[in-house]
Amino acid sequence: MVRVDGKGNTGALVQVRSLDKTYQRGSQEVHVLRGLNLDVERGEFVAFMGPSGSGKTTLLNLLGGLDLPSRGSITVDGDEITHLSGPKLAAWRARHVGFVFQMYNLLPVLTAFQNVELPLLLTRLGKADRRRHVEIALDLVGLSDRLDHYPRQLSGGQEQRVSIARAVVADPTFLLCDEPTGDLDRKSAGEVMALLERLSAEFGKTILMVTHDPRAAERAGTVLHLEKGELVEGQGGS
Amino acid sequence: MSIPLLYTIRSVRARWASNLIAVLGIAGVVAVFVAMMAMARGFQRTLVESGSPMNAIVTRGGATTEMESVVTLEQEKIIADAAGVARSADGRPLVSGEVVVVTAFHHKRTNSDALAQVRGVSEDALRVHDGVHIVRGRFLRPGLAELVAGKNASDMYTGFQLGDTPRFGGRTWTVVGIMDSGGSAFDSEVWADAVVLNQTYKRPADIFSSVTVRLTSPAAFSAFKSALSADPRLTVQADRERDYYAKQSGAVSTMIRVLGFLVAFIMGIGAVFGAFNTMYSAVSARSREIATLRALGFRPGSVVLAFLAESMVISLAGGLLGCLAALPFNGLTTDALNWQTFSQLAFAFRVTPGLLAWGLAFALFMGFWGGLLPSIRAARLPIATALREL
Ligand SMILES: Nc1ncnc2c1ncn2[C@@H]1O[C@H](COP(=O)(O)OP(=O)(O)OP(=O)(O)O)[C@@H](O)[C@H]1O
Ligand SMILES: [Mg+2]
Repeated sequence: MVRVDGKGNTGALVQVRSLDKTYQRGSQEVHVLRGLNLDVERGEFVAFMGPSGSGKTTLLNLLGGLDLPSRGSITVDGDEITHLSGPKLAAWRARHVGFVFQMYNLLPVLTAFQNVELPLLLTRLGKADRRRHVEIALDLVGLSDRLDHYPRQLSGGQEQRVSIARAVVADPTFLLCDEPTGDLDRKSAGEVMALLERLSAEFGKTILMVTHDPRAAERAGTVLHLEKGELVEGQGGS
Repeated sequence: MSIPLLYTIRSVRARWASNLIAVLGIAGVVAVFVAMMAMARGFQRTLVESGSPMNAIVTRGGATTEMESVVTLEQEKIIADAAGVARSADGRPLVSGEVVVVTAFHHKRTNSDALAQVRGVSEDALRVHDGVHIVRGRFLRPGLAELVAGKNASDMYTGFQLGDTPRFGGRTWTVVGIMDSGGSAFDSEVWADAVVLNQTYKRPADIFSSVTVRLTSPAAFSAFKSALSADPRLTVQADRERDYYAKQSGAVSTMIRVLGFLVAFIMGIGAVFGAFNTMYSAVSARSREIATLRALGFRPGSVVLAFLAESMVISLAGGLLGCLAALPFNGLTTDALNWQTFSQLAFAFRVTPGLLAWGLAFALFMGFWGGLLPSIRAARLPIATALREL
C-alpha cells in the first residue's frame, strides 16, 4: 500500500512526514515541498510525475540522503535519516540506496566493470566476491560482453543499464531513479523499463522513480503526482 | 575502502593537457632546485675529497687556512719524527712541507684575472698526496722553476698547457707536467718547488705554510695529534686532512644551498599556484563525477584523499621530469671563487640519487599544498546541486 495522507502503518519501509523543502533564491524563498507525506511498503514500484519544477528531483534527493529537508522527517527501514550528517549519511547511502540518474553518471575513466564495482568497494567483500557480484549484475542487465568497455564506447541505453547494474550490485534497500529514460530513445527506454519492471516483479526490489513519460509510469504499480508541494494519487494509482 | 587509485591515475591521464602546465611548473622548480643542490654538493665534495683519510695537515695553532699559517723547517723535522707518521721503504718519513701563494692568472672563461693557488711542495708530495697523478709530462725537479699544473687549472687559465712558460712572481716558469687528482681541489692548483717558490716571493727559505703527513693508518691520527700537542717545542695544530678541507667548503656551499632554497622557494610558490589552478579546474570540471561518488556513499574524506592523490600524481610527474632535466648537469664542470682560500675552485655538479629523492619529495610537497584546498572544496561540494550540473 502506498499512502500520501501520512497515516500509513509504522511498518512501512519508507515513511515521510510533513516534509518541507525551501530554497533561498536571493531574498526570495521558494517553497518546493510543503508538508509532504508518503508511505511506501517494501517491494513497491512507485512512479512520481508532475510538471517541470514541481520538486520531483528535490524529493528524490531528500529520500536518498543527498540533501537535507527544511522540516519534517524521513524514516527508511526504521532509520531516521534527517538527523544523520556527513560521513554517517554517506555510509547510510552506501548501504541502503541505489541511484539511477537521467544522465547515467558513469565515471568516464572507468570501464563498465569498474563502474559497477564501485559500490562494492564500500562493502567488506573481497576481490573475488566483488568480481562475482559485478558479473552477476552485468549479466542481469544483459551486458556480460561489455565488461571492459568504457562509457563512451556504449550507447545511451547500454550506459543506463550499466548504471542500473551499479545501483543494484550492492543489494540496496531501495532504488531511486530520476527520469531513467529521460535521455533515451523509445526502444532503449523500453528496455530500461522492462529491466526495472523485472527488478520489481522478479526480485522484489522497492523502486521509487521520477518520470515524465506516461509509458514508463504505466509500468509502476502506483503513480503519484506532485502538485503544489504535495503528493496526490494519480489516475493510475492503486 | 577508498576511491580507487586507478580512478585518480586515469583522470590525470584523461586531463593531461590541462595538467601539463602544472607538471611543467613543478618540473622547472625541481630542475633548478636539484641543479643548485648538485652545485653545492659538487663544490663541497671537491674539497672534502681533496683530503685523504690517511693524511693529517699541520698548521700553526689558531690558523684557519694555510695562508695564515707558518710552520718552520725545524718544526717540520719534529713533526716528521712524531708517532703515527708513515715511512717510505727506505725509512724516510712521508711528509710534505708546503707553501701556498695566491696569485692572479688570466681566467679564460671570464677573460679577466682570477686568483689561483700556487702550492710549493716537497719531493715527496706525490707520495703523501697519493690521489694525485701526473697524467702528462713529468713531476717537477727540486731547485728548478718548473710547474705541474692541475688539469682544471690548465684548462681555466691562459698559459698553463704542457710546455707553456707562464710568468709570475717576477720570473718565468715552465709547465713540465699536468696532474689529475680525480676532481679534487688540487686539480685547480699549480704546483712548484717549495724552496723555489719561497725564493721567488722573497720569503725565508726555512718556512712552510703547512706540513701534510701520511699516517700509518687513519686510526693513527689521535696518537699523532697527541704527540704534537705534548711536545713543548711545537705550537701547532693537527687536523685530519678531510676535516680541514671540509671546513673550507662550508661558507660557499652553504651560500649556494641557501640561494638554491631561496630560488626554489620563490619559484615553488608559483608552481604551487599552478597546481592549485589545475586542481581547482579539475574539481569544477568534474563536480558531477564527484557528486556521483558521494551519492554512491564515498565519504568526504575519501574524496579529499582521491584529489590529493591526483595532485600528488601530477606533481610526481613534474618531479620526475624535473629530475630528468637536472640529470645532464651531473659531471658538468664549472668554477667559482672559494672565499675561504681566496682562489678559484673548479668543481663538477653532482646529481646524486639522494638529491633526486629530495627533488621528488619537494615536488610532492608542492603537489600537496597546491591540491589541498581544491580537494577540500571537492569534498564539500553540495551533492544535490552538483548532480544538476551538466
Ligand atoms: N539549489 C537550488 N536553489 C534554488 N532553487 C532550487 C535549487 N534546486 C532546485 N531549485 C528549484 O526548486 C524547484 C524544484 O526543482 P526540481 O529540480 O526538484 O524540479 P523537478 O520536478 O525535478 O523538475 P524537472 O522535471 O525539470 O526535473 C525548481 O523551481 C528549481 O528551480
Ligand atoms: Mg528533476
